[in-house]
Amino acid sequence: MGYTPEMLDLIKKVEASRPERLERSKKGIDFEALTLAGREEVLSKFHPDYKAEGRRDIKVGPSKGENYPDEFADVLESKARLIVSGAELDKLTAYETEVLVIGGGGAGTSAALMAQESGCKVILATKLRHGDANTVMAEGGIQGATQEVDSPYYHYLDVIGGGHFTNTPELVAALTNDAPLVIEWLERLGLMFDKKTDGRLQVRHGGGTCRKRMHSSGDMTGSAIMRVLRDESRNRSADINVLEFSSAVEILKDSQGRAAGALFYNLETEEYFVVKAKATVMATGGYGRLHIQGFATTNHYGATADGLVMGYRAGVPLAFMHSTQYHPTGVAFPEQNIGLLITEKVRGLGANLLNIEGEQFVFEREPRDVESACIIRECMERGKGIITPTGRVGAWLDSPMIEVLEGEGAVKRELPAKHIQFMRYGIDISKVPMLVYPTLHYQNGGLTIADSSATNVDGLFAAGEATGGVHGENRLMGNSLLDITVFGRRAGTSAAEYVKKFEGELGAVNMDHVDAYHKELADAGIETDRVAPLVLPNYTREEIMEKQLTTSYQGGIRA
Amino acid sequence: MSEAKKEISVATGDRAILPEGTKLVPIFIMGKQYQVPETMTIQKAVEYSGYQFIRSCGCRGGICGACPTVYRIAGDYHLHFCLACQTVVQADMYLTQLPFFPANRAKYDIEEVDASAETVMKLYPEVMKCVACNTCTKACPMDIEVMEYVNAAMRGDIAKAARLSFDCIQCGLCSSRCPAQIQHFHLAQLCRRLHAKYQVPAAQHLKPRVADINDGKFVDMLKDLVVSDEDGLRTLYVEREMEPQDSVEWQPAEKQFL
Repeated sequence: MGYTPEMLDLIKKVEASRPERLERSKKGIDFEALTLAGREEVLSKFHPDYKAEGRRDIKVGPSKGENYPDEFADVLESKARLIVSGAELDKLTAYETEVLVIGGGGAGTSAALMAQESGCKVILATKLRHGDANTVMAEGGIQGATQEVDSPYYHYLDVIGGGHFTNTPELVAALTNDAPLVIEWLERLGLMFDKKTDGRLQVRHGGGTCRKRMHSSGDMTGSAIMRVLRDESRNRSADINVLEFSSAVEILKDSQGRAAGALFYNLETEEYFVVKAKATVMATGGYGRLHIQGFATTNHYGATADGLVMGYRAGVPLAFMHSTQYHPTGVAFPEQNIGLLITEKVRGLGANLLNIEGEQFVFEREPRDVESACIIRECMERGKGIITPTGRVGAWLDSPMIEVLEGEGAVKRELPAKHIQFMRYGIDISKVPMLVYPTLHYQNGGLTIADSSATNVDGLFAAGEATGGVHGENRLMGNSLLDITVFGRRAGTSAAEYVKKFEGELGAVNMDHVDAYHKELADAGIETDRVAPLVLPNYTREEIMEKQLTTSYQGGIRA
Repeated sequence: MSEAKKEISVATGDRAILPEGTKLVPIFIMGKQYQVPETMTIQKAVEYSGYQFIRSCGCRGGICGACPTVYRIAGDYHLHFCLACQTVVQADMYLTQLPFFPANRAKYDIEEVDASAETVMKLYPEVMKCVACNTCTKACPMDIEVMEYVNAAMRGDIAKAARLSFDCIQCGLCSSRCPAQIQHFHLAQLCRRLHAKYQVPAAQHLKPRVADINDGKFVDMLKDLVVSDEDGLRTLYVEREMEPQDSVEWQPAEKQFL
């Protein structure tokens, strides 16, 4: 394992230029940073959020006219998997419940627990396993103003400043107000928070925080939270029925236009079935697996924007979907680590970014978005990236410099997890550089909600990464685990309150809104055989698909 | 964008392409041979072979526990256990994945239990049947001392069981191998929750903060921020006091919003 002989040959060019680069670095001479105009130019040409190409105005639906990446516009401008008549839906009805939660990550599970506590019968349905979600991948921590020198007031300022003052204010207020409540809730449920011996919660700073309020559970905070929430939902399985490998494919409505459950597809038996519900919570997460503009992603297998498609067709406008968080240094080699994050600390410690000739092409500490755009330009426009055996492209991140600048052993000391992660594949990053390329990290936008987690459609609530507004155009570290728990809880409670006020019984359901959406597509002149939600990403090779002569694909999955 | 760009053909997303000269190795997926690139993970090699995952695939980053995999290399009797997303293929590996393994989870009310050996015995009496073979530990893809934590739980050392099992991703390989039919990963989750709730002191400083929030103390402060204009917010943002990185007893000058 490790680098191939061809790659090791290329690394010789990095080694050849290293002494001179180190010399400059020791003298404090940095690669020239871009001017503001230079930044704007590279961003507008190469940053996926700024580039005019690869994006288009969406022609249908409640956010018509907004400009979105093609991959996302494609799933919005798609046909439904199927439209079923009211009578047929009746026959397909397999469950009736009070609250239906779609999505089995942190937001969905929080919603299920709170709806249950409010006295409701709950069905939680997820297309993979309960807990297969981006939640488990969050390592850093969860913010909350729990300390005496802090308060929700300062947390609010940090969140809205970090979001370039674009955030939806009411959502920020809800997020920051509830944060300590969530921390206390998780503590009560038995989450192993990092604590001092007297029980005081340990807190750290995160990027953009004015007070230390990052709480953690080792370096796997998201996993720890998911394990506890899922475990607790299993204690309450009399009221919370979990349906796995059941993918929601469309929201259903009643004759009054209220959300009334969903149509599901059983991924294993390929049956469709209906869950009727008085209230529905959409908690399906983000869209990393759409690989916006071809980017690798840090996201989970199921992150295909299903809930956004369903919610949009049901009439919920989108917010901030023009904005995606990319991290400049995702792993480009080895293949098994593709897309995983390499912390900014590596560049902070002095490692240069280099092209295939071993030449520097960018100042290492440009803002995230600028750094990403410069790497993309070097690899794609200038053709000076390094191509890997699995056909990926990347630039060198010269980590061995750290050993010289910070002293021998510094890589292992300062970057223990990264060192081990690469050593597993025979790459010692204290001796050879890493290969990196920007990676798609987080969907800043999503369905529009109020601070109660309610959408504009009666009976439909939403929470977590599937929603937009709380983080504006930029999310701070530690606020996504907080987002899913705060708004997951609010969605569950609000759904239960809605159920209590619900008059009459659940009536017949229909898919009229999907019919109308199809008509809107036709009126806009969009003729397509694309189908959404995708359900799963399709990673089958072209060579194989060409020979799957009797196979068709619906969305991402074989039909 | 220049013409040169169009000629650079690179893999996008998670779908790999195969440049000329890449060496292929044979692997056997459930006994059937496929030729796959030598540097791929098992997970991507299975996809490369033409499978589409429904089960056995989750975070693709080694933390969700969806892709536990069992394999042998031809000619070697040793059995190996791994996560498909974290393990590179080897020539002549015979593999199968274990997307699910039955294990009963005992129900309990977290408010009505205590952190004791009795709780463990009541909910998971089979732990007493442990024969100390350590097969569970050898099967763990996270290198957890599984048998050690089972033994700690048995003795009522809940704290140790919680600490030792902290990295558990609940993939179930331990329980698939146990001759005593122990359901390790559920037991471990129980211990972690019992430890956190009943053995670690509660955060006393949280209680007054929660009470203040429930009394609505911050509602008006937040409302003022919600209605402020961007210029006002910018000023407050820029002027907010920063807690130093290495502070111990730091106090802000402005206390009216605490």
